[in-house]
Amino acid sequence: MTKESKIKNLWEYLRSPSSAALWFILAIGFTGGIIFWGGFNTALEITNTEEFCIGCHEMKDNVYEEYKETIHYSNRSGVRATCPDCHVPKKWTHKIVRKIAASKEVWGMLTGLIDTRDKFVDHRRVLAEREWKRMKENDSLECRNCHNFEYMDFSEQGNRSVKMHSSALASGEKTCIDCHKGIAHQLPDMKGIENW
Amino acid sequence: MKILPILMITLGLVTAYTTLAEQTVNTGGLETIRGASTIDQTRKADRLKRVIKDKNPIKRNYVHQPPVIPHQIRGYRVDTNSNKCLTCHGWKYAAETGATKISLTHYESRDGKTLSEVSPRRYFCSQCHVTQADAPDLVDNTFKPIESLGND
Repeated sequence: MTKESKIKNLWEYLRSPSSAALWFILAIGFTGGIIFWGGFNTALEITNTEEFCIGCHEMKDNVYEEYKETIHYSNRSGVRATCPDCHVPKKWTHKIVRKIAASKEVWGMLTGLIDTRDKFVDHRRVLAEREWKRMKENDSLECRNCHNFEYMDFSEQGNRSVKMHSSALASGEKTCIDCHKGIAHQLPDMKGIENW
Repeated sequence: MKILPILMITLGLVTAYTTLAEQTVNTGGLETIRGASTIDQTRKADRLKRVIKDKNPIKRNYVHQPPVIPHQIRGYRVDTNSNKCLTCHGWKYAAETGATKISLTHYESRDGKTLSEVSPRRYFCSQCHVTQADAPDLVDNTFKPIESLGND
């Protein structure tokens, strides 16, 4: 057999599978796809829980302890915003981008970047600024997942809140994080930061 | 029968214990304004008072009275890193936020020197300025607010 006809034969073989094999392959692909995709999303969701976040002592002993004193942890109605509610976008593509970016945090954990309180405090300004920048860029999207400006009732707000929300926030000049810094964790040294 | 000595010892111990207990709980008839409690008991805490929410400035009762805080301050931190109060009441932001400016006396050191920043001795706002709650007076008070500060 010549080389050319060999290739031709192989091509014919590949082009004409028996119908049973075709369905078999489709079925395997389909179930495999479900298992893989389901597993992937389940694993992703597990990394999106508070238990997972405070699995590392860096989070549990620092930011989580501070957060426990704030209104997003404990309040009159018992509604809570947990770590991923504020720190991970809800939309799938944005979430994946954030999750990939978070691999840097895994590296930080392995190298012990903030593995003591002192190191964490020294590093807090950098960490905070990164998060402020992210929220500024997405117009405080995670805040707005719950606190929707369209549905704010100014008659129920205090004088101070109305004044700011009806002017700077309404005009889009400012976004939530511009004023509401340090609401869930303690602040770093605020020297040189606008409005502080 | 040896029941008598046992009985006597038990009785003696009980009497000793009760007299001892009585001695330690003796308050001498004194009560604090928060109610009677003794050193060996933990008094049940009072209900927390509700801090009034966002009112207009409250009039002062006498000259040099630190004005009281007419709003809630939950979660407002004042520490070496940040001072939440000054983000509205500082001179830099007061016009924009409509908050009362802090007094210029806050820029003076204890030697009377004027500083360019809030003096450390005046930095911790809630040492003098406090929130208000609608609560009954703990003691009778006949003080009359002075009229020249706009009090009726």
